[in-house]
Amino acid sequence: MSGHPSNYEPQTGFTKWLDTRLPIVRLAYDSVVDFPTPKNLNYWYTFGGILAVCLATQILTGIVLAMHYTPTVDGAFASVERIMRDVPYGWLIRYIHANGASMFFLAVYIHMFRGLYYGSYKAPREVLWILGCVIFLLMMGTAFLGYVLPWGQMSYHGANVITGLIGALPLVGEGIQSWLMGGPSIGNQTLQRFFSLHYLLPFMIAGVVILHIWALHVPGNNNPTGVEARKDPEGLKKDTVPFHPYYTVKDGFAIVVFLLIFATFVFYMPNVLGHADNYIEADPLVTPAYIVPEWYLLPFYAILRAITFDIGPIDAKLLGVIAMFGSIAILFVLPWLDTSKVRSMRYRPVARQFFFGFVVASLLLGWCGASNPDDPIIPMGSDKLVVSYTDANGNEATQTYEEYGAAASFRDQKLDEGVEASMAVDKAPAFRFVHLAQLMTLYYFAYFLVILPLLGLREKPKDEPTSIHKAVLGNDRAAPAPAE
Amino acid sequence: MKFLRFISAGLGAAALAASAHAAGGALHAHEPEGGWAFEGPVGELDMESVQRGYQVYREVCASCHSMRLLHYRNLGEPGGPFYDPEYPNANNNPLVKAFAAQDEILSTEPNDVGDYEYRPARTSDPFKSPYPNDAAARAANGGALPPDLSVITKARAGGASYVYSLMTGYPEEEAISTREIEVEAEEPAEGENGDEEADAESEGADGEGSAEVSPRTETQTVIDVAEMEALSHGDSHYEGELVQPVGQYYNPYMAGDASAQWQGDPRHTPPGGFLAMPPQLTDGRVSYLDGTEATVDQMARDVAAFLQWAGEPKQQQRKSTGLATMIYLAILAVLLWFSFHRIWRKVDH
Repeated sequence: MSGHPSNYEPQTGFTKWLDTRLPIVRLAYDSVVDFPTPKNLNYWYTFGGILAVCLATQILTGIVLAMHYTPTVDGAFASVERIMRDVPYGWLIRYIHANGASMFFLAVYIHMFRGLYYGSYKAPREVLWILGCVIFLLMMGTAFLGYVLPWGQMSYHGANVITGLIGALPLVGEGIQSWLMGGPSIGNQTLQRFFSLHYLLPFMIAGVVILHIWALHVPGNNNPTGVEARKDPEGLKKDTVPFHPYYTVKDGFAIVVFLLIFATFVFYMPNVLGHADNYIEADPLVTPAYIVPEWYLLPFYAILRAITFDIGPIDAKLLGVIAMFGSIAILFVLPWLDTSKVRSMRYRPVARQFFFGFVVASLLLGWCGASNPDDPIIPMGSDKLVVSYTDANGNEATQTYEEYGAAASFRDQKLDEGVEASMAVDKAPAFRFVHLAQLMTLYYFAYFLVILPLLGLREKPKDEPTSIHKAVLGNDRAAPAPAE
Repeated sequence: MKFLRFISAGLGAAALAASAHAAGGALHAHEPEGGWAFEGPVGELDMESVQRGYQVYREVCASCHSMRLLHYRNLGEPGGPFYDPEYPNANNNPLVKAFAAQDEILSTEPNDVGDYEYRPARTSDPFKSPYPNDAAARAANGGALPPDLSVITKARAGGASYVYSLMTGYPEEEAISTREIEVEAEEPAEGENGDEEADAESEGADGEGSAEVSPRTETQTVIDVAEMEALSHGDSHYEGELVQPVGQYYNPYMAGDASAQWQGDPRHTPPGGFLAMPPQLTDGRVSYLDGTEATVDQMARDVAAFLQWAGEPKQQQRKSTGLATMIYLAILAVLLWFSFHRIWRKVDH
């Protein structure tokens, strides 16, 4: 499965016998023991291993939860609480699974930002990157399906919103929506198919993960310098170390530190990442005041809500859906949008500033997704009171006031005269969350569609080191040309 | 240190997530003076308070609120308020058996002649619900459904502090007043009586429509929010009055929107909303079996502690398992850190 020559030598009679029939031990040896790995990988590169642990944790805890869960609208909520109360250590298994989803996304976002920063999507790793995007997409689907299963208020109304989004797509949307819901509305049949699909998708993720690792092992790891490890035996020996024990121990350490953070959530704030409304059993007749997705989907939710205007024949709702799906779809073509030959942003000082801007934009989009779009961030002026009444000629008239007392006495005076009068608030102009979301959405797309394509053609990158070995020795710059 | 960067990235994400719960509208719930015993990584529930809280629940809350996810046996299980090490199986605990037997429930199984009869509850039964179903609960409460209290501390932002704040947050006596107002007789609702409506309209045509119908007087309950202790903190100040709808009670901690009932500056509508539950706790409402003085504050504290336990009966086990896990992981991390440095000592990286 890897692109380097195998150094495995079977030692015992049995392994020799097996190696000629099914070289599975050789495969494992070449992939996770002897695999040459650049020796300069930093901690940002440990998230691959962390993600493998997350996936295994979710699948294992999920299998146990499925043994106790009841996928019916009458039984789902109570069965989840029964797991918490009566299943031995059920509370632990469920809290690991629920918080595990958040940890999985935390790790995957760091993993993705790392790939963006060090240019890990560039040739020859395009397929590796695209497979990663497929995993991300499957993860989002799985997380959404899983969030519906406890059948709380956010489960139900969140499912309504998301299936509604798919229904907004032209031509195929409604068909897919009713196929997903299993009928005209969300009900028992929806819950049952969501449970089935939620069980299926993680195994599809696991399958794509195998392809992802395969695609990683053909070109080998990228590294913080973005310079390929040399292929000749001597260079390879200087630039790389065997995966085991060097990276098993480094990844192991990082995984345990990650588990410490994970455990802090599971044991000391198990519900902080969820929404309180999801502990209220789903009621189709009562809509929560604010429907918000889980934190890891907030940036995409903000993009969806940022589009409040029509463009030509496309209305705002459909445009929002297109923008939201587009923000993920654009990742798939990223390898061909970035025109720079230099991988690592270490040597692209200008691009690096734009990258940090992109990280900030993503976080701000998350903040916008969590907030009410109409809330002001920076108020400009103060709200005024407007009294509307009918004047002597029977026409509509208004009077604006700063002070409540004056406005109220004017209204009361008009009412005493027997004239219709009412008071309303005239909101002062403000920079609101929707405006911030629009700006950040613009930056999000501009980063991929304008900045990366143009910057690669125009910027002057710094000199890359000639090899990984030189880079770690501190000879970060290419040696000056020898004097004649 | 490079490592700190990715830990701070994790914390950043957590902060981002926390901002998702900035609930608007209601006043932020606050904990009682002195805080909660169960707070913090090693905090434990004050079991005497939880026991008293069970008494408050039975004598006050249980007449309207169900707790369908709780069983009598839960009271005597490890981590429960009446756990007795002498009876590791809660079903043998005489106190728990006695609690159960105080309630008469309709048997789910028919008897020998096929009738369903009432019998004393057993430890294995769920807590007795006050109403047979939600529709009956609504019918008995003016259309409002008293929420099931099993997981109420998890289902509301603020948890136990929310319960405490809500129970103690109703307007004080001084803030409530009643006044009589004259209301013009409304025209009969459409379709109620066609003839009468036509009559009223023809009278209206004479220009003397309201003269024929005598104005009614109505009693309004008004709350002067400036008098409310809960609203006088911080820099917000509210000048004006809230008119309470009939059968509704104002509470600044209740999620809702009070703007329609607000007579005052619409730019400064007081937080909170109206709920159908009148103030429940008055001094001495229950007589505590352990002799504790039953002040409103004490009862609110106790019932909130009880509901905190009921929302997650395994929370004590969670924290103790957590401590062991954290210690184990911390030691493992230190060992791996040293192994990492030993293995990499000869490699520049």
